[in-house]
Amino acid sequence: MIKFDDVTKKYPDGTVAVDALSLVAPSGQITVFVGPSGCGKTTSLRMINRMIEPTGGTIWLDDQDTRQVAPATLRRGIGYVIQHAGLFPHRTIIDNIITVPTLLGQSKKQARLRAMELMERVGLEARFATRYPAQLSGGQQQRVGVARALAADPPVMLMDEPFSAVDPVVREQLQQEFLRLQSELGKTIVFVTHDIDEAIKLGDQVAVLQVGGHLAQLATPAELLSNPVNDFVAGFVGRDRGYRALGFETAGNLPVSEEPTVIIGSPLAVANAAASDGWILVVDDDRRPQGWLSTGDSRSASADQVMPDMLHRGGTVAELGGTFRAALDAALSSPTGRGVLVDEVGRLVGTVRASEVVSQLDTRAGAASR
Amino acid sequence: MSNTLPMTTLLADTSSSSSSPWYFWGYFLDHRSDDLRWLWDHTWLSIVPVVIGLVIALPLGWLARRYPWLYPPTITISGLLYTIPSIALFVLVPPLLGLDPLTPLQVPIALTVYSVALLVRVVADGLDSVPVDVTQAATAIGYGRVRRLFAVELPIALPVLTAGLRVATVSNVSMVAIAGTIGQANLGQLFILGYQLSSPTPYYPPIVLGIVFCVLLALVFDLLLVAGGRALTPWRRAVAAR
Repeated sequence: MIKFDDVTKKYPDGTVAVDALSLVAPSGQITVFVGPSGCGKTTSLRMINRMIEPTGGTIWLDDQDTRQVAPATLRRGIGYVIQHAGLFPHRTIIDNIITVPTLLGQSKKQARLRAMELMERVGLEARFATRYPAQLSGGQQQRVGVARALAADPPVMLMDEPFSAVDPVVREQLQQEFLRLQSELGKTIVFVTHDIDEAIKLGDQVAVLQVGGHLAQLATPAELLSNPVNDFVAGFVGRDRGYRALGFETAGNLPVSEEPTVIIGSPLAVANAAASDGWILVVDDDRRPQGWLSTGDSRSASADQVMPDMLHRGGTVAELGGTFRAALDAALSSPTGRGVLVDEVGRLVGTVRASEVVSQLDTRAGAASR
Repeated sequence: MSNTLPMTTLLADTSSSSSSPWYFWGYFLDHRSDDLRWLWDHTWLSIVPVVIGLVIALPLGWLARRYPWLYPPTITISGLLYTIPSIALFVLVPPLLGLDPLTPLQVPIALTVYSVALLVRVVADGLDSVPVDVTQAATAIGYGRVRRLFAVELPIALPVLTAGLRVATVSNVSMVAIAGTIGQANLGQLFILGYQLSSPTPYYPPIVLGIVFCVLLALVFDLLLVAGGRALTPWRRAVAAR
């Protein structure tokens, strides 16, 4: 647990970077500091490991006042990941990862063994171990950064915009893996970002900070979306709040319709015969949806089998028992208006229409207002 | 130099008074013991001041980068030091430091001053070449200041440091020769000898020999520094080979 108790950072010129911040980042959870630039989120983060010293208040690490611990000692017990990874260019990947264990006096040999496991854990191939940081892509470097932060198995991790310097596809991937990793490791994490979507996606709780280092709201992502405390938070959380909030709500009893299918590679004639409204859903041998086939499509005129390149792939797929947002998006993105639902291993369950999802939402809203 | 060898063997047993510039090898063979002693002294006089200079320049350069207001005066002062003519500094060192006017230390001390002047800036700029991300990450994961300097900053600054050391060493080789004119035993003696023997007619061999030795010495130091720099920075080659 990290506890901010009335923490203030005021610079000699009178600028207040953080203003009487009090909050608790609970153990085993991800607390995200989010806000526009100048809101003091990074300053707050850096006060935790004393990279910046507060001018007022106390920061507690469990029941330890951080001021009572020597900075270097304190920092070796806290994992730290920054935007451009900040890897040591003159050390190989494996030697970057074992930095903190060696600082703590572990033997290199032992630390390297554990580092190899960590590399696997963060999705780095073993062959990268002897390379240098500049030989890796930005996304790979960031994985090394995470592995380095985890190497001494610290209970607390600080992450300062770790995923904002990589391209969106890689970022999405890193975020997913980060959540998976956290579900295995259960670290106490403080995560700084300026990206509210990232905050909502990753945070167990989100602290929205306002310029001047003032805490505007501390809440779960769902609560933040559905119930922003003031105009600043509402504005910062942004558009489509209602829609995005659906991403935190499980769609319980969606009416699932059966959907006729053909298996990929079937004769085209079979597919055309099975299609009801000019579209037929194509699945593989395990009934995993592959895409929609349009029977009137000119691309299919010359072939006699259903081939992968004939399929419309724009539609998203939602897991049954997933969120309202995923189900609604599946319906809205489907060329037929029928959203594809699958089970937990990706096999087709059936389809649902947007109107059916919405009517479920209506029922739910009615129940809530009664 | 390949065509000088037959000439040497030819001339060595006939006469040692040829004044041809190409006779330098024969001249060397005739005065081997003096020449080798001077070469040896020259070697030490070239290296030791750079090593001591680096040791002094490290903390100064570190300070100049740690406290940005120190950087401009440091650079100006070290630049000015470098403009003092070496011969003047050789002569001034003993009285300024209260040493015996004939102390053999005057030359190494003066050369150390020059090396410091050159290397302070090199150290400061080298440390400045370390990316901020890297130093911050080092601090954030628990490096103390001194340990960070030696384990992270200096290794990364090494390419800049090597470049500076090459300049300092090579320029030292030529400055040591000037110390020969105030009677110090080194390759500079060869130039004085050549000058003295050039009356009434020019006599080149010792002068050419001195130049050849100085150039070779500088070349060897330079190659050693380049090789050492390469050996210590495998990460740069790995990146270049990508």
